[in-house]
Amino acid sequence: MSHSTRCAACKSLRRRCTKDCVLAPYFPPTNPQRFACVHKIFGASNITKMLEQLPLHLRAVAADCMSFEASSRVEDPVYGSVGIISQLQEQIIEAQSELVKTKSEIAFHNAQQQL
Amino acid sequence: MGGNSPCASCKLLRRRCAKDCIFAPYFPSDDPHKFAIVHKVFGASNVSKMLQELPVHQRADAVSSLVYEANARARDPVYGCVGAISFLQNQVSQLQMQLAVAQAEILCIQMQQEPVMPTPQMDPDDKSSYLFHDSLPQYLNFSSSSNVIHDSFKRESIFGHDMVS
Repeated sequence: MSHSTRCAACKSLRRRCTKDCVLAPYFPPTNPQRFACVHKIFGASNITKMLEQLPLHLRAVAADCMSFEASSRVEDPVYGSVGIISQLQEQIIEAQSELVKTKSEIAFHNAQQQL
Repeated sequence: MGGNSPCASCKLLRRRCAKDCIFAPYFPSDDPHKFAIVHKVFGASNVSKMLQELPVHQRADAVSSLVYEANARARDPVYGCVGAISFLQNQVSQLQMQLAVAQAEILCIQMQQEPVMPTPQMDPDDKSSYLFHDSLPQYLNFSSSSNVIHDSFKRESIFGHDMVS
């Protein structure tokens, strides 16, 4: 990769972006914010290590997930993506309770019909 | 914190555990794995920076969520926490569908009982009507192709106490 098309990671780390840069496919220069987030939360060497340990065909998804987790943590420094999990769990409990309530209304109506 | 025993972080990092060590309150020496996993995923200096940027009363929760995320990533190096989010979003969608079906059935019953009833007025504040419709932001567009569905997330409570987000 020539100097003018360094990936976002190498640009941020001010280093040469080599042909086999591990991060380049997943951190294009067009989206510097994406790398900035993962660098702040995980660190460049951790991200590199984590991606290197994965087979190639899984790295894109892994990079996307790590980006999501990192940006969630930047937005919510206390709970990060775990805050989303909590919200979803609460919504499931509410929805289940609403469903039980609605189903019992149906059962009540059906029982009344039979009287 | 007793001056004699270093916290788990300082033990792992092989350094002196100062009286004002930022890690010490949250990484006691009797649970070395807790810091080890957080260090592996996020790195000690990143964790230290994150904690320093938070008021003291929020740091315990921050550590708990970081440990949770780190463990999730250790269990599933591809999807991490996002696997659980994807799973739970699917659950919410399924429940929304079931709720919509049940609510439609209630409407049918009501219309059968009073066929000359005018168009039912839906109270927009009534939580039971079209609950969650468009109210849940779509966090992800991942297909649920993760092989690791975290069954533990169905019932696991993340923190020992109620979390108010």
